[in-house]
Amino acid sequence: MREIAANKVTQTVSRLFQEACYHLPEDVLTALKQAREKEESSVARDALDKMLENVEVSQKEQIPLCQDTGAAVVFLELGQEVRITGGDLYTAVNEGVRQGYDKGYLRKSMVGQPFSARVNTKDNTPAIIYTDIVPGDKLKIVAMPKGAGAENMAKLAMLPPASGRQGVIDFVVASVDEAGSNPCPPVIVGVGIGGTAEKAMMLAKKALLRKVDELHPDPEVAEMEGEILRQVNNLGIGAMGYGGTVTALAVHAEVFPCHIASLPVAVNLQCWCARHEEAVL
Amino acid sequence: MIKKITLPLTEETLRDLRVGDNLLLTGIIYAGRDVAHKRMVEALERGEPLPVDVKGQVIYFMGPSPTRPGKPIGAAGPTTSGRMDSYSPRLIAAGLKGMIGKGMRSQTVKDAMKKYRAVYLGAIGGAGALISRSIKKAEVIAYEDLRAEALLRLEVEGFPVTVINDIYGGDLYEEGKAKYRKRNIQHSAVS
Repeated sequence: MREIAANKVTQTVSRLFQEACYHLPEDVLTALKQAREKEESSVARDALDKMLENVEVSQKEQIPLCQDTGAAVVFLELGQEVRITGGDLYTAVNEGVRQGYDKGYLRKSMVGQPFSARVNTKDNTPAIIYTDIVPGDKLKIVAMPKGAGAENMAKLAMLPPASGRQGVIDFVVASVDEAGSNPCPPVIVGVGIGGTAEKAMMLAKKALLRKVDELHPDPEVAEMEGEILRQVNNLGIGAMGYGGTVTALAVHAEVFPCHIASLPVAVNLQCWCARHEEAVL
Repeated sequence: MIKKITLPLTEETLRDLRVGDNLLLTGIIYAGRDVAHKRMVEALERGEPLPVDVKGQVIYFMGPSPTRPGKPIGAAGPTTSGRMDSYSPRLIAAGLKGMIGKGMRSQTVKDAMKKYRAVYLGAIGGAGALISRSIKKAEVIAYEDLRAEALLRLEVEGFPVTVINDIYGGDLYEEGKAKYRKRNIQHSAVS
């Protein structure tokens, strides 16, 4: 067994959330610049210019990219030969969120009882933690501060299997259309197809972590991603919904087998400010 | 084109604003979001005075990130305006002339804007750092217990916004989309 100290996990989570909130991944930045070149609308181009300028100002002046520094979503890939010492793993992750949001001047946006009192927990905990047990002796940590503007536009459909590929495409495109200007386009569209209701949404969320220029390895899925992207960009929504030819930077779909009677499809949107950072311990 | 606007918004200024105009606002704006709006509307319903007279004023739907020492404010981009839709018409009827946010408004809000001659201005979502540069001073004026959701008074200089809804019933979201839309969507596909 390889030992990893719980406080190492805490330090890493703290660092990752701070980095994520001040730094846009290179692939997202490149995609935004390409969108700026392609965009036909001058109003949307101006919005994209402001987004790109914001990335520079954030780094230079140490102000978070966006004031919504999100719910703290954490994906863990825990090697089965790893043993966490000096504390338990989830407490260590939550402590990392607490420290990172404090030190990084990040907004604490979590409230307790969600449907009534809604009192702020004051440290942005609890983190939303998902763990996969994998072979090996490493611990991979992905920090994803997820803003509510885009998250609130998530949608799930349990389609009749007969609706097939066309049904999937129609549902995803209509979901982006309904979301309109709310999720801060140009968005990344995460699509989860198959599994069960919650599995489909997990796939959609994880799809948002894929690099923007990476195609799905299955050519049939990759082709459908391209078709959805084409149709989404024909919607005319454009940057911030001001009208334009680039509504999405990318469509990422992940698939999983499902029941003979099911065709679950989930859509999870990511704003242009697509923040996430990762580390391997 | 970019228009430099000095606040408060007068009838004369409002008449000059059109959908898609880029504006740089200078003057005083107030910032508040969900709970601050709820409290203001509840106060109006009870016939109590508001912490600030909204007549002729502009409200920015925003809750900043914490302020670093030496800075006036943290990241300060807009939040999704739709969550304020149930409160905005009451404030517009009380004399509010402008709202700044991002995302779609309900028909009721749009009707109120047209009736009372008010405008909805879009700020760039996610551009919290860029926007914070145009905020020179920020102070909490009410509801301090709400922390990031407290009601703020902001002194702004060259604050960048785009006109989404003007007083003539124009709507940038509708007009912009129609201009670049290449297909019709079956909305029945969304369950």
